[in-house]
Amino acid sequence: MGRIVLNRDKCKACYLCIDSCPNKVLEVDEKVNNLGYYPAKVNEDKKCVGCAICARVCPDMAIEKVYR
Amino acid sequence: MKREKELLKGNYAIARAAVEAGCQSYFAYPITPQSEIGEYLSSAMPENGRAYVAAESEVAAISMVLGAGATGVKAMTSSSSCAVSLMQEGLSFIAGDEIPCVLVSVMRAGPGLGYIYPSQGDYYQTTKGGGNGDYKIVTYAPSSVQECIDLTYKSFYVSQKYRTPVCLLADGMLGQMMEPAVVGEYPYEEIDQSSWALDGAKDREPRHIASIEREQETLRKRVVKIFEKYNKILEKENIFEKYEIEGAKLVITAFGSIARIAKAAVKKARKNGMKVGLFRPILLNPFPEKIVAEIAQKVDGILDIELNCGQMLNDIKASIACAATIPVEFYGRPAGVMMTVEEIYKQIETVYRKIVEKKYGTACI
Amino acid sequence: MEQLVYKKPDSIRDDYKITFCPGCDHGVAVRLVAEVLDELNVREKTIGIASVGCSVFSYDFFNVDIVEAAHGRSLAVATGVKRSKPDKVVFTYQGDGDLASIGIAETIHAMTRGEKVTAICINNTTYGMTGGQAGPTTLIGQVTTTTTKGRQVDISGYPLKISELLKEVDGTAYVARVTLDSPSAILNAKKCIKKAFEAQIKGLGTGFVEILATCPTNWKLTPQEAHARVRGEMSEVFKPGVYKDKVSEA
Repeated sequence: MGRIVLNRDKCKACYLCIDSCPNKVLEVDEKVNNLGYYPAKVNEDKKCVGCAICARVCPDMAIEKVYR
Repeated sequence: MKREKELLKGNYAIARAAVEAGCQSYFAYPITPQSEIGEYLSSAMPENGRAYVAAESEVAAISMVLGAGATGVKAMTSSSSCAVSLMQEGLSFIAGDEIPCVLVSVMRAGPGLGYIYPSQGDYYQTTKGGGNGDYKIVTYAPSSVQECIDLTYKSFYVSQKYRTPVCLLADGMLGQMMEPAVVGEYPYEEIDQSSWALDGAKDREPRHIASIEREQETLRKRVVKIFEKYNKILEKENIFEKYEIEGAKLVITAFGSIARIAKAAVKKARKNGMKVGLFRPILLNPFPEKIVAEIAQKVDGILDIELNCGQMLNDIKASIACAATIPVEFYGRPAGVMMTVEEIYKQIETVYRKIVEKKYGTACI
Repeated sequence: MEQLVYKKPDSIRDDYKITFCPGCDHGVAVRLVAEVLDELNVREKTIGIASVGCSVFSYDFFNVDIVEAAHGRSLAVATGVKRSKPDKVVFTYQGDGDLASIGIAETIHAMTRGEKVTAICINNTTYGMTGGQAGPTTLIGQVTTTTTKGRQVDISGYPLKISELLKEVDGTAYVARVTLDSPSAILNAKKCIKKAFEAQIKGLGTGFVEILATCPTNWKLTPQEAHARVRGEMSEVFKPGVYKDKVSEA
């Protein structure tokens, strides 16, 4: 089991994290953030393994912490 | 320790003074007529455990000075004319960054490559700047080898105290001539730079030194603050020489090497009964406008003498513009041909006749 | 018991602002440099040089002392810093226009002197901040705002191969070209950046890493398409790999 802390207001919607997540835990949020983007968000129904790939590919350091 | 008088070449005197002043980092590219400074420091700096780098260009040299100065150490470069042109980029950044450093500029004749003859053709380059933006290069101009030493010290002190680039503006004559001088001890207090210099963000917030500023108002305030420093420097660090100004009818204005030849001519004119004085600004930038204005109010004319086509002349004219309505004559010579005492004397005599005798009659002499 | 496996590096400011466009690889490169500074435990004695271009606001994110250089002069400024404070860790973070065009003389000579500094170069084949003009690394045929019909050799010459050039410079101790187009590429890039810092810390010479990076905004591609371009035509011309490694030899 893993868990990520995603700061939705730092996300600029490149979705590189969504493409990289092996378990498709991340998806596009339907609400815009403070920057005006539709940020990535965690789908709680999917299983995060805490691999931290999303954090490592994120160019905006929007994924601030990853736990496992 | 008592320091002995030595027979010293101007360039070596400057280099020796830099070491004595505690210059920690020196970066330069060779150019005549100042190459001896780099030659001397290439061995003296490493011998004293300090940094010497033969830069690949003056563009790089001044950027190395920027980096060194940003760490708070006393940093210096030296160069001449067409090569100082290459440093204008870095000087603008250094001024905007408020980084202390010393530039020794030993002028040669221009424009372009010109030649290595002594010249004062870079008064504009130094005091009006070729770099972009609102800034000044604080400038001191020596007229003897002893002053090359003393003003190197002053330049380091003022640069460190006010966090500003300072230029020691000499010329080929001063750089190459030899005369007795004393390399005394650095006479100024050391200025603590630890409150702003970069040395790694240990137990404190990281610092950044940058000229870029996105906030309009912050940028405006920074430039205003920099200009307030220039006012303070003019008020506290101004140096000049007044010679026989009291009761003079005609005052000669001149700086640097030509001023000492002019002084000899003034002495001769006094001896021959002409009421002539000399004003020699040593701090050229910021320019001592008030002092020139005060002098102008008491004399009947000014004769400005320079080894160029008339550059400081415009600062003299601007200084007296609203203070007095007196003629300002000019005697100049570009391209590095030195004037003799006799030539200047003759010019003084001509101008004196034209201005003073016309006003008062020959009895005045 | 839940364990923290990733967090923002300490060498990134707590109040960091990433000033780059969406999907730009700059942000990953910055984070990798910061992670390396953390791992080498040198943050508190590091002085960074911010260059002109997209990297000019380095102080917005790096949690270290930063001094800005004029365009192209980063390695000259780095020289001044390092020679004055030899015990500090000094790095430049530059674009290819800065390092390989306007600053090529400063780059080659600092490395010829073997300055004990680290240079990180973002090669995105364009001048990003000024709006996507052709630069020294623009590929033949690449459309930019100043090569609207694609870069033509008879007009603009060839793209400059930075790593191939700098490996020939005697003072470099480590030269590598990396990409950031996949999680494994990112891991590899970090290893290389770490070696480039070790090169200066061990006093071996200059450490250099060229990062083939995306500029989705000016390339007019999505971040994903931009990564495909890095993997494809960019990597064909600029071959990733370690070009020189005196760190491992030492």
